Amino acid sequence: MRRMSGFNMIALTLGFAFLYIPMVILVIYSFNESKLVTVWAGFSTKWYGSLAQNQQFLDAAWVTLRVAFFSSTIATVLGTMAAYALIRSGRFLGRTLFSGMIYAPLVMPDVITGLALLLLFISIGLDRGILTLVLAHTTFAMCYVSVVVSSRLMTFDLSLEEAARDLGCTAAEAFRLVTLPIIAPAVISGWLLAFTLSLDDLVIASFTSGPSSTTLPIKIFSSVRLGVSPEINALSTIMIGIVAVGVLAASLVSKRSLVKRQADEAAAVRAEAA
Amino acid sequence: MRRAIVYLIPFTWLLVLFLVPFLIVFKISLSDVALARPPYTPQLDLSQGLSGILDFVRELDFENFIFLTTDSLYWKAYLSSLKIAAVSTFLTLLVGYPMAYAMARAREDWRPTLLMLIILPFWTSFLIRVYSWMGILGTEGYLNQLLLWLGIVSTPLQILNTNWAVYIGIVYTYLPFMILPIYSQLDRLDGALLEAAEDLGCSRASAFWLVTFPLSRPGVIAGCFLVFIPTLGEFVIPSLLGGSSTLMIGKVLWEEFFSNRDWPVASAVAVVLLIILIIPIILFQKNQQKQAEAEA
Repeated sequence: MRRMSGFNMIALTLGFAFLYIPMVILVIYSFNESKLVTVWAGFSTKWYGSLAQNQQFLDAAWVTLRVAFFSSTIATVLGTMAAYALIRSGRFLGRTLFSGMIYAPLVMPDVITGLALLLLFISIGLDRGILTLVLAHTTFAMCYVSVVVSSRLMTFDLSLEEAARDLGCTAAEAFRLVTLPIIAPAVISGWLLAFTLSLDDLVIASFTSGPSSTTLPIKIFSSVRLGVSPEINALSTIMIGIVAVGVLAASLVSKRSLVKRQADEAAAVRAEAA
Repeated sequence: MRRAIVYLIPFTWLLVLFLVPFLIVFKISLSDVALARPPYTPQLDLSQGLSGILDFVRELDFENFIFLTTDSLYWKAYLSSLKIAAVSTFLTLLVGYPMAYAMARAREDWRPTLLMLIILPFWTSFLIRVYSWMGILGTEGYLNQLLLWLGIVSTPLQILNTNWAVYIGIVYTYLPFMILPIYSQLDRLDGALLEAAEDLGCSRASAFWLVTFPLSRPGVIAGCFLVFIPTLGEFVIPSLLGGSSTLMIGKVLWEEFFSNRDWPVASAVAVVLLIILIIPIILFQKNQQKQAEAEA
């Protein structure tokens, strides 16, 4: 490998500075004493304290977490089923429509998805609340899950499943004992993606939530519309912190499981050779 | 039988919660606004049987679409969305390509870490990433403080609430979508090709334009579509960073629905936006298919 040229070094340094400086500033200024967000007036954690006192934010956070948990879990089940159907079932009635409906939500503008779902809920007389939020988030999240899981299923060695069937497993047992453990990393990252997308969503939630089910992004949006606020900086810092810890933990776990899998495979190859 | 269940459940879910809602949007875009709940007419009355359906169909018309063409706000908003999406896609390419290139040339053991650093912001809240620029770009923001302190400007620049802030916000939030496909193309570029080009007398720069760039083109095209398509319907960035003069169709649809409560016009705006989006989406799919075939 060539030594890194000056140009490449500069491109990476400037690029990562651009990506990370805004968030670093946000974190630093969340510890600012002053209410004027852009003027530094000494270190303080008071905005975290006032955030913890803010019942509206706490309520919204609780709604958001519940919606994210339920929608990502249902979306993972539905998305995995959809991926399985797309990769394994070959031709079936409506396959083109089905795969179109899986990919369309990925490119659909949120304003259209939100509007469409709201009009559906109104025309069937479903009151807006947690339930409509979960239905809406599940619908777009299952498509992301299905894309993640189907890319893993495509590289899956079918002979493993056939071997399980030959050894007397039923189809369900073969799935549970052989397929699921192998695609588990993809299923888990699909769930995480669905969970994050649900936590993050402002536009679709604005259309499909009711007055009693305000989510955190809706709360943040209506408050930052009026300008920068130190409380939001504190909230952002907490959210950035959670993501950083989560991603770090996930990458450590996946590295370890990769090492383990490689060791297992090497052992299997050795056993075969012997 | 069990096989059928595996696809029937997600299939039905998507039919009911994805396809049917769009048909409803289309239907309401042909309706008229009314002071009622729900605020549009006609309502489908199935108790009347066939004549009820016929009456219902007779009252649908393209009035709202004609209205969209007569009020200049709408076509200006569509044009301005296309312009903003095109400009910011180009700017994202300018920022993203050098980064993808540098990552592909970085030491092999650094690459996973660099890749993770690109993806990491994607996991943090989109809203917060957009919000972080509000404090930077304001007239009393950190950027203006820095520029004033350095003596580069004497009066604060007005950046926030202009289209420039929107461009910066889009480049910032969509950068990973540009970098990743380009990187994946450059990563598997055979270094021997470049050496051959240089042996045959190419300068470094012309080797780049004659070999590297053409080979990375599928990634560039994919990246551009991945930025252009979602930007076209973007709502959060123009409403937080843009000004009152920033016209984007996502914002217009939002206001039509939430402020004016004109559901039929909001639905018509959505239908037209979908029609505009179909072209780049089909082109994108063609590009992906071509790439998949080239790899197979």
